[in-house]
Amino acid sequence: MKLFGFRGGVHPPTHKELSAAKPIERLPLPKTLYVPLQQHVGAPATALVQVGQQVLKGELLGHSQGKVSAPVHAPTSGVVAAITEVTAAHPSGLSVLAVVIETDGEERWPDSDPPPDPFSLPPEEVAKQVADAGIVGLGGACFPSAVKLDLARREGVHTVLINGAECEPYLTGDDRLMRELPEQIIDGVLLVRHATQACRALIVVEDNKPEAIAALTAASQDCAEIKVVKVPTRYPMGSDKQMIQMVMGQEVPAGARSPETGVVVYNVGTAYAVHRALRFGQPLLSRIVTVSGEAVANPCNLEVPIGTPVAELLAYCGYQPEHTDRLLMGGPMMGLPLPNTTVPIVKGLNGVLALTAAEVAEQPSHPCVRCGRCVDACPMGLMPVELAKRSEHGDVDGALSFGLETCMVCGSCAYACPAHIPIVQYLESAKGELAERASVEKKAQATRRAAEQHQARLEREERAKAEAAARRKAERAARNKKAKKASV
Amino acid sequence: MSAVVPVSGPHIRTESSIPQLMFGVLVALVPATLYGFYLFGWPAINLFCVTVLACLAGEIFGLWLSGRSLRTFLGDGSGLLTGWLLALSLPPWAPWWIGVLGGLFAVIVGKQIFGGIGQNVFNPAMLARVALLVSFPVEMTLWLEPQPLFSAQAPGFFESLAITFSGLIAPDSASGASILGYVKTELAREQALEQVLEGHYQPLRTGLGAIPGSLGETSALLLTIGGIWLLLQRLITWHIPVALLGTVAVLAGGFHWLDPQQFADPMLHLLSGSLIMGAFFIATDPVTSPTTKTGQLVFGAGCGALIYVIRTWGGYPEGVAFAVVLMNAFTPVIDHYLRPRIYGRKRSGQPLPIKRTRDEKS
Amino acid sequence: MFVMFAAIASLTLLGLALGFLLGLAARYLKVETDPVADKIESLLSGANCGQCGLPGCAPAAEALAKGEAPITLCPPGGKVLVEQLADILGVSVDLSEVPDSEPRIAYINEDLCIGCARCGKQCSLDAILGASKQIHTILDEVCNGCGHCVEVCPTECLQLQIITPTLKTWHWPKPAALHA
Repeated sequence: MKLFGFRGGVHPPTHKELSAAKPIERLPLPKTLYVPLQQHVGAPATALVQVGQQVLKGELLGHSQGKVSAPVHAPTSGVVAAITEVTAAHPSGLSVLAVVIETDGEERWPDSDPPPDPFSLPPEEVAKQVADAGIVGLGGACFPSAVKLDLARREGVHTVLINGAECEPYLTGDDRLMRELPEQIIDGVLLVRHATQACRALIVVEDNKPEAIAALTAASQDCAEIKVVKVPTRYPMGSDKQMIQMVMGQEVPAGARSPETGVVVYNVGTAYAVHRALRFGQPLLSRIVTVSGEAVANPCNLEVPIGTPVAELLAYCGYQPEHTDRLLMGGPMMGLPLPNTTVPIVKGLNGVLALTAAEVAEQPSHPCVRCGRCVDACPMGLMPVELAKRSEHGDVDGALSFGLETCMVCGSCAYACPAHIPIVQYLESAKGELAERASVEKKAQATRRAAEQHQARLEREERAKAEAAARRKAERAARNKKAKKASV
Repeated sequence: MSAVVPVSGPHIRTESSIPQLMFGVLVALVPATLYGFYLFGWPAINLFCVTVLACLAGEIFGLWLSGRSLRTFLGDGSGLLTGWLLALSLPPWAPWWIGVLGGLFAVIVGKQIFGGIGQNVFNPAMLARVALLVSFPVEMTLWLEPQPLFSAQAPGFFESLAITFSGLIAPDSASGASILGYVKTELAREQALEQVLEGHYQPLRTGLGAIPGSLGETSALLLTIGGIWLLLQRLITWHIPVALLGTVAVLAGGFHWLDPQQFADPMLHLLSGSLIMGAFFIATDPVTSPTTKTGQLVFGAGCGALIYVIRTWGGYPEGVAFAVVLMNAFTPVIDHYLRPRIYGRKRSGQPLPIKRTRDEKS
Repeated sequence: MFVMFAAIASLTLLGLALGFLLGLAARYLKVETDPVADKIESLLSGANCGQCGLPGCAPAAEALAKGEAPITLCPPGGKVLVEQLADILGVSVDLSEVPDSEPRIAYINEDLCIGCARCGKQCSLDAILGASKQIHTILDEVCNGCGHCVEVCPTECLQLQIITPTLKTWHWPKPAALHA
């Protein structure tokens, strides 16, 4: 198949050899699970269970509100011990509301009929079942998948891209899934294709995963509408926009969404989750997490129930805190620092990395010498050197004029920078300031409106008072007149 | 919330660093430098040491004034590189004060005044070279025939101290003219180029570098080897050198074809003077050249065109330093106008139109 | 002699002509500008909260226009307002040096509230809801933290609290230190 390529990108050492040969294992069921009610972009779910309530595996814990939202289910059977705040999978270390479940180890499912053949269902119904299963984009974006299915169907997309690039170093969960369960993935891809009514699906895999490519190709032999596409290994191949550019040779216009150009992208893990949901009626209860880095003795690919504390995974893999310089969730390029090890696994968390100081190789930053390597590395065609300079000085408008909002913080620029300038963090802070500015502006407007309404109310009351006084005066006058008349 | 500032990604970094960049360039310069020492003997070594030491002294002074870390900023090797490049561009037997003045000027006026590394507009070494050339034209154009180290006519170590430090003028027999200077004067006397060059110019000898010229710029061969090594090490990219050399070659070729008696052939232009040094080591200075690839092509071509114009019609026989400094001034403008196109947008910044790709099956 | 007079005359003529042109330009090409104070007042919230120490938003705008007040005077306006003011008044400001003022908001401890309704009368934004004898609540999205309500609360159930970041509003701080 003809490939097109994209601008920029970097080739960090992949370190995938640490865990690529390890089959997916099931983590022993933890005693306690902490299932956060917000695991996706959009509105949080509200809790539907009470403390002390018995829950079965797959039972609804929280219900979605709003359009862009996804429900949360009990990853196993047990008792709701509490509904409380736990540290969120977020660099701030802020907390999030979670349902705490004491597991009973019985893994009891509620009784239900086996689901009908999903291909006999109308596409809308497939999308609805995906929504009910709480499936979100498992590549890390966490966008509710059903919303995207509906959008894709409405826009009439012709091609579904299945993202098996896994371009982040260290991570091997998708690779293992593609090697071990290719038939299930292909079934999921066919279901996604059915739900979107697209005419073909392309599974895109980087060429450093030959086993996965072979497995998927073998499994998809009989499906004319599915094709496995081998692409070169380059970060950030797994970004939607870059993948579309690479495979389709087209860009997603600024401000548009990819379905509007006829293409929609799903992760292989998402396709697998869709398969489980529609064939077995199982909501999204677990995910595959790569635990790796030189500071874990035994790097693994684990199937983990949602809500498992990171500490359990680390303990299972032989975590050596004394050798750890940085503890991350996600890959080393776009991953986030873990505030602590009590953080529960959420739907979008694809890796836990314990990196040694030698792996991070942090160096003091030098002043920028304008070598332009960041400009070469940027897949979005930005000039990170100029963006970082302006962000450093709090000049958000200046950064905007250089395309700040286009940056997707993939980190290619900061990776390539020989001066080791934390470009990404400068850009993140400027983006944050931009968001803050918008919210302050919104509040100022609300305040201004409230002040005007207050003023109007005071005037109205004043007027009403004056009118009442006038009326009273008139009545009194009339009464006086009457009295006078009467007295006359 | 924890008190420490969380660190955002990426959590792995490229292995290259600023010191590695600078020292890589130094390594690439070593062959040409050693050859220069061999060719011009002890006085050249003296001048080299004096110039580099002056640069380092200027750097230390500047860092001390601005209260910056000596270890980080002296250790980045940029001051050393500036001194090295400046020394290689000086006439080999120039007196010591040329090196000292040049070195201090390069680092203090050329770099530290702008705010140190990364902030300077002009290439410090070339700025100093231009300043010296304009202020001390006699000392800066005193070329001499190569007097290889340990050869019969070469000055000994103690004699060399006298040459460098007390201004003992070299004997007339030793003095020579650079090929570009010679061509310029002879052409001014309305001689035909063919006769002028006869017996004075052998491409092979010029390319190897056994000719009168600056301390480290005579050997086009060794400098090209260094430049290619830099390219292979990815310390520089091909854009500036190719655009620069290509422009000079094309211009020289065109004019030579029009009138071979007036305009020297491209080979002479490429092999002589500071051209190879300028193309690989001077114009590629990241700080003072554009950041985008298109910008670098424009910058290189601009340097090349200016070099040819100055060499051919200007008042000086050699124009590399002037050309680079002039183009340095254009770098911010080039960077402003030649930005890459942003993904999903047109060059104008407007979003691309939403276009449905054709359904391949229907 | 003649040359000298010719020079004087021609230069005088030139000066007069150019001066005339400038006069015409000033008259016919005049840019109508809003009075600065009005423009500033439209940026201020109009809550007349008094956090700047001036009697209200209109006097504050006047003081700013005259240059008698610092452009950082309005806490509810935050950095955004500082930037806008710097723009209008042509003052340069390094925003990285403007401290992030900690925006505050009133908070009612519902256990202590007796529903006296005194606070509501003080609020120039009608941001306090609640009838007499009922527990009151604050409209978070409107309150600008002026604190007038706090002063009249008889049970001290009203307090100003610093707005803490949430998962939605938190953002990355700048990196810790550039050079080691």
